[in-house]
Amino acid sequence: MNNSIHEIRAKIQKGESSCIELTKSYLQKIEENKHLNTFLEVFSEEALENAARIDKKIIGGNAGKLAGLILGLKDNICYKGHKISASSKILEGFESLYSATVVERLIAEDTIIIGRLNCDEFAMGSSNENSAYGEVLNPVDNSKVPGGSSGGAAAAVKAGLCHAALGTDTGGSVRQPASHCGVVGLKPTYGRVSRYGAIAYASSFDQIGPITNNIEDMALIMEVIAGSDEYDSTCSSQDVPNYRKELQLTGVKKIGYIKDCLENPGLDAEIKSRLEVIIKELRLQGHEVVPVDFPYTDFLVPAYYVLTTAEASSNLARYDGIHYGYRSDQTDSWESVYFKSRSEGFGKEVKRRIMLGTYVLSAGYFDAYYAKAQKVRRIFRDKTNEILNTHDFILLPTTPNTAPELGENTKDPIAMYLEDIFTVQAPLTGLPAISLPIGEHTNGMPFGIQLMGRRFSETALFAFSNEMMQNFGDN
Amino acid sequence: MSIDKATVEHIAKLAKLEFDDQSKEEIMKDLDRMLEFVDKLNELDTDNIEPLTHMTEEHNVLRADEVKTEISQAEALKNAPQKDSDYFIVPKVLKREDAD
Repeated sequence: MNNSIHEIRAKIQKGESSCIELTKSYLQKIEENKHLNTFLEVFSEEALENAARIDKKIIGGNAGKLAGLILGLKDNICYKGHKISASSKILEGFESLYSATVVERLIAEDTIIIGRLNCDEFAMGSSNENSAYGEVLNPVDNSKVPGGSSGGAAAAVKAGLCHAALGTDTGGSVRQPASHCGVVGLKPTYGRVSRYGAIAYASSFDQIGPITNNIEDMALIMEVIAGSDEYDSTCSSQDVPNYRKELQLTGVKKIGYIKDCLENPGLDAEIKSRLEVIIKELRLQGHEVVPVDFPYTDFLVPAYYVLTTAEASSNLARYDGIHYGYRSDQTDSWESVYFKSRSEGFGKEVKRRIMLGTYVLSAGYFDAYYAKAQKVRRIFRDKTNEILNTHDFILLPTTPNTAPELGENTKDPIAMYLEDIFTVQAPLTGLPAISLPIGEHTNGMPFGIQLMGRRFSETALFAFSNEMMQNFGDN
Repeated sequence: MSIDKATVEHIAKLAKLEFDDQSKEEIMKDLDRMLEFVDKLNELDTDNIEPLTHMTEEHNVLRADEVKTEISQAEALKNAPQKDSDYFIVPKVLKREDAD
């Protein structure tokens, strides 16, 4: 099952496999792994119909670039005519009126979409335990969380329930679950991929990112989904390179690692020593790997929470119980429709973040918190760019620990927030970052190592990631 | 601490949320802890630093001002919890004083 999309396509062309056969086998695996609770809905019949149609196109020689790809969508990416809930009760029964730009592009290249994947409610969480539709189990060890918020997506790819998935990353929501489940996860450069049709959490952070088993698939999917979009004015007009064709380059690189991250007291000893081994090996391979100063590590998560909760409180104001979604039946006035529907429809963590966000934006506190955090964000961005002006990449852990036990972190929000310490730097600064599954702990759990690159440097990032996977991965 | 019950009630009203007494206590504690956590930012000197408000370098992305009907009225109403053929339905906004 771990062939690349390209290899699968070749097999189908030779008559050794077919989309129908593949779809059936994924549907069967989904059925066998229901206990993981990864899928909120499986589009079985439709996937089979599309598979039959695409098989004909492959034989006819006119199939799209992604024919043979069977993909799952995180439940916050719209697909016309299909339900979407962001794992929230407040969107109960909601059906998308249009498809996200990424979905349009995937379908145009003959991707088969097999279902929608569980996540933390409105992508708020690091464990997938904040879903209104139940927790997701980590396929590597069912007593552990898969990470979040794209927990269903990472778990489904790891368990072989779909070939790849699309998640969204606001503070690490693709990379962190990818790390916890042992798959590849990307947060693209801000503006590389259109956000149109992705349910907004924090708009200056959110990016849609793929979860795959290898870099080749990542590069190929990104070729299709990236690029300008008239429906998202924050989406960049820069041309999209042929990422997959340029995976072989590289050469000698200069890589910085942040001393404070490696020395962070919260970092698991084995993750730290794995990073040290990788640093040593990279040096032996001729790369220059040097320590760099970034004295703001402890400030990243606090700034992230001020800014994202503020944006969330504004983005989630649209759920009013009137235009769509859940409406409370306990209402006696027009105003109580808002209060009751929102209070009954949103889960605890979402309400907690709306409250903090409303507070930091409210009169008298705006400058002290929100404007302050925006200033701090500029310091982070300038400092990180300064490092990347003289270094090709920054090497980081993805997570301070391997996947926690179910229920371990839900009681203490701050402990949960600190799990994001190494992943929030990329979205705070708008830079691309990828988590590579090249670590294995003696506790049996996988963990990721992260590379962060310059703005729009996805080509170089993929090429070097490919080399890292070959040198440090287990296949 | 900085957050009292009146503040929670004020913020909840702004956010169009309501909490029972027990949840209010919880939210009060959570907000307090979160604010204490984010107060860390005050250790950084941000004098003479402009807030970073846009993450994209795209400027003035324009398009022709043409009407496109991409979503029909029926589609717009489709997901409404209460509607008729033309409108969203909400409880009465204005009530007569002498009505019951």
